[in-house]
Amino acid sequence: MLHDILIGPFAEFDFMRRALVGVFALAVSGAPIGVFLMLRRMSLTGDAMAHAILPGAAIGYLVAGFSLPAMTIGGLVAGFAVALAAGAVARLTVMKEDASLAAFYLISLALGVTIVSLRGSAVDLFHVLFGNVLALDNDVLLLLSSVATLTLVMLALVYRPLVLECVDPGFLRSVSRSGGVVHLTFLGLVVLNLVAGFHALGTLLAVGLMMLPAAAARFWTADITRLILLASGFGILSGYAGLVVSYSAGSNLPAGPAVILSAGALYLGSLLFGTQGGLARRLLPRSHLQR
Amino acid sequence: MPAIRLDDLTLGYDRHPAVHHLSGEIAAGSLTAIVGPNGAGKSTLLKAIAGALTPLDGRLTLARGKRLAYLPQSAELDRSFPIHVYDLVAMGLWGKAGIFGRIGMGVRTRIEDAITAVGLTGFERRPIGNLSGGQMQRALFARLLLQDADIILLDEPFTAIDARTTADLLALVQRWHGEARTVVAVLHDIETVKRAFPETLLLAREAVAWGATNDVLTPENQLKARRMVEAFDSHAPACDRDAA
Repeated sequence: MLHDILIGPFAEFDFMRRALVGVFALAVSGAPIGVFLMLRRMSLTGDAMAHAILPGAAIGYLVAGFSLPAMTIGGLVAGFAVALAAGAVARLTVMKEDASLAAFYLISLALGVTIVSLRGSAVDLFHVLFGNVLALDNDVLLLLSSVATLTLVMLALVYRPLVLECVDPGFLRSVSRSGGVVHLTFLGLVVLNLVAGFHALGTLLAVGLMMLPAAAARFWTADITRLILLASGFGILSGYAGLVVSYSAGSNLPAGPAVILSAGALYLGSLLFGTQGGLARRLLPRSHLQR
Repeated sequence: MPAIRLDDLTLGYDRHPAVHHLSGEIAAGSLTAIVGPNGAGKSTLLKAIAGALTPLDGRLTLARGKRLAYLPQSAELDRSFPIHVYDLVAMGLWGKAGIFGRIGMGVRTRIEDAITAVGLTGFERRPIGNLSGGQMQRALFARLLLQDADIILLDEPFTAIDARTTADLLALVQRWHGEARTVVAVLHDIETVKRAFPETLLLAREAVAWGATNDVLTPENQLKARRMVEAFDSHAPACDRDAA
């Protein structure tokens, strides 16, 4: 019985196995990125950039239909353009970076939806916005796993300066010129992971497997290494749980949102019961002698 | 050979000068205090020596091949970042280890020695967010120790720190001086300067006096410095002094 629920769907159906591999790849690479986004106070930046890739992917769709290379390249170009443009606007005008990002992503989202509607049906639009994690073909899986591999390798390469740039940017500037390069590399990885997430989870939910596991993990540990490991674990767990729940619920619960909802449940649970600043710890009275 | 040489140096932000036509030398191995009223340009000068600010005019020359370490007044340090004291201190090894270098056994001993030297033994695994102001400053001094720099710049290192910590950290400064490193510190407490710093630059947008501490810190000079800063028009064009 338990076997039927927990393992059965994956043993039986190819598309479930593909979905599982896909969300695992997304979780393993997205979660560390999410941890750094969170620690750099760029959580909303990630969200804004996720929306920003939409018009690019939509133009790719307009030109070539549901073509993986066209939509990927379009998304990458748009994502980088908005990331750089928002940074430039913040530096060159009175606008703060969060406000300029909000402006850019609202424009992008409206533009993207318009472009997709020009050619496609409501079903296509739904696909672009929410993805279709149950329909990952070989090419998409290859893309997701390549992005995951590249992300982990690049993170390993820039890990030290990246952490240093988060903790004490002034110190990094005083000992090295790598700060700018590291920041751009990191932004590049963010866009790359968002585009990968876009294919499986759609533009609106792509950022979910990044931010939610990272935010949930923060309630359990105050150590960066453990934070990254735990966030990846949470991501994998939510991917698996989401697929199982969605399968058990039949056609009523779409898989992509189920994955993000699982991550959301983990987040809410951590928020309530987490040992590092969770609500229960804060609210429950306890003697100052025991800690 | 001086460690730091200033030639008619003018510094400022948005083309408004904060330090004006400063010339002089800081000898290698000397221990110099920079004092002066608020707004005298002390931090600006230190920042420029650290290379974080480009001079508007004039020249700033550092001795060749010397390593420099700089502890700003309020570091842009994110104290909520989940990292331990040990790792924060270990950052001081950047000059040796860089992006990929291994932190081997010998190096670990040096990190532990630095933590012991600043009196933070037992705090290695504490998140930096749990440290008090004084403990944080101790950790940053441990990082400075590991940087093993020839020129050390400190911007108000003892401000808002308890007397015991100040005494301990001052002893480290003395130790650096004994090791023939060049130390330049911006300080507010005149008594500390008189007690521990042989050389002093009294700054009030320009040098009021520069030399042996006892000759510099006369009541007349200090009064003059205060008057000069009050009279200074920060919106004056960069080279108005010559015209006036």
